[in-house]
Amino acid sequence: MALYSEKVMDHFRNPRNVGVIEDADGIGEVGNAKCGDIMRMYLKIENDIITDVKFETFGCGSAIASSSMATELIKGKPVSEAMKLTNKAVAEALDGLPAYKMHCSVLAEEAIRNALLDYAEKNNLPIDTVGM
Amino acid sequence: MNVYADNAATTRMSDTAIEVMLRCMKEEYGNPSSLYTIGQRAKEILEEARQTVAAEIGAEPGEIYFTSGGSEADNQAIRSAALLGKRKGKTHLISTAFEHHAVLHTLRKLEKEGFRVTLLDVHEDGLVRPEELEAAIGDDTCLVTVMYANNEIGTIQPVDEIAKICAAHGVLFHTDAVQAVAHVPIDVKKSGIDMLSASAHKFHGPKGTGILYVRRGVQLLNLIEGGGQEKGKRAGTENVAGIAGTAAALKETAEAMREKTEHITAMRDRLIEGLSKIPHSALNGDAKKRLPGNVNFCFEGIEGESLLLHLDDRGISASSGSACTSGSLDPSHVLLAIGRVHDVAHGSLRLTLGEDITEEEVDYLIENVAQVVEHLRGFSPVWRDLVQGKREFIL
Repeated sequence: MALYSEKVMDHFRNPRNVGVIEDADGIGEVGNAKCGDIMRMYLKIENDIITDVKFETFGCGSAIASSSMATELIKGKPVSEAMKLTNKAVAEALDGLPAYKMHCSVLAEEAIRNALLDYAEKNNLPIDTVGM
Repeated sequence: MNVYADNAATTRMSDTAIEVMLRCMKEEYGNPSSLYTIGQRAKEILEEARQTVAAEIGAEPGEIYFTSGGSEADNQAIRSAALLGKRKGKTHLISTAFEHHAVLHTLRKLEKEGFRVTLLDVHEDGLVRPEELEAAIGDDTCLVTVMYANNEIGTIQPVDEIAKICAAHGVLFHTDAVQAVAHVPIDVKKSGIDMLSASAHKFHGPKGTGILYVRRGVQLLNLIEGGGQEKGKRAGTENVAGIAGTAAALKETAEAMREKTEHITAMRDRLIEGLSKIPHSALNGDAKKRLPGNVNFCFEGIEGESLLLHLDDRGISASSGSACTSGSLDPSHVLLAIGRVHDVAHGSLRLTLGEDITEEEVDYLIENVAQVVEHLRGFSPVWRDLVQGKREFIL
């Protein structure tokens, strides 16, 4: 049995939405280099819709795949919907992750939430208007 | 191209060893403890194997015990020396911070049982300092266990000097030589080693077979209760096929190494030189006092598991000391022991070359490692911060 599902390997080999958005409306980061995982998410938001999303990840295969999948799941979605993204949804979309790698999907969820909170803060939006 | 560059993890089995084992399993299935002919033939095979193994490491056949592997040999040697020491009121054990877990975890358990353990520093170059060992020895020290060569960074320890110091102080010296046997010339008598552990699958032998050398005159306690096999020191019907395969593989590999050490060393140095050209990378462990086939690097700004997965896609089998590959939150204890910080230790790569490695394969390794490192750095937030000066380069 392979370590990861074909879906994970596909997103690991060909990560979607890789890079940075220079004039991002929201940036979120989680993890630290000491633990071996850092994810950074950049969001472009227009009229409450996530029009673009990019990520950078320092981490293992499942961390890279989770970031990639998470960006796909929220691209083009309203902010309120993106706010509801769960790590479970990320892992399921990847056809599952090994139990000891589930924290990678948690990091993806948190990185996106942090980017959305950053957006809310910068625009003086009350937190609940972004769907929490 | 496919390059198996993880020979420190395990090796491809020798065809000679496979043939010997097949014959043992098909024809020589007797129990060596049985008195009838096919039993006694198995016994002969066993004793021939013991002679072969003994000759390869400069020991006498009576000093060789076969075990289920390197881990069992380490466990037995250390536990035996500790318990015998305790009977004389000696409860201090000395080792190093970067031993294999078979040694470290045995010591940790003994610590819980009341023993005192000193782990020597292995410094940035991955080498024990004999004078520090001597200073650590006390009146209550019963055992010094220092690995012959490290399994991750390949550094070869000053075993002869360590043995001399131990002998002068009347302390037993055990060495975990799992990575060294068959790869570097070993003579237990010349070196003055009291106990030595080895594992067959590290030199093209079968998995599940190990060797424990115990110098004549050194008492050995058994680990497993049972029958009288191996002079009562290792109960259980002997793994005749495995042991015969071990001897055949050891003889063949040691012979090959005598011819090819120069070649492998040259290939290793070519690989080190090539990988050193990757910016912000560093070799782990002393560049020369290391196993002929061992290369271990840290690359800043990337994580080891993703490096391994990409290399696997390119036909390269390698290993890493990152937390993700160790199954814990911490990266390799070996890299931490030589002073690599977590951030950098996560980005480590170990390439261990086989005897038949070619220049073409080495160049393939260099080219692909460089490409994958560049690819991963391309979307690493750590690398971006380093390049933009928001974080300081360590390497």
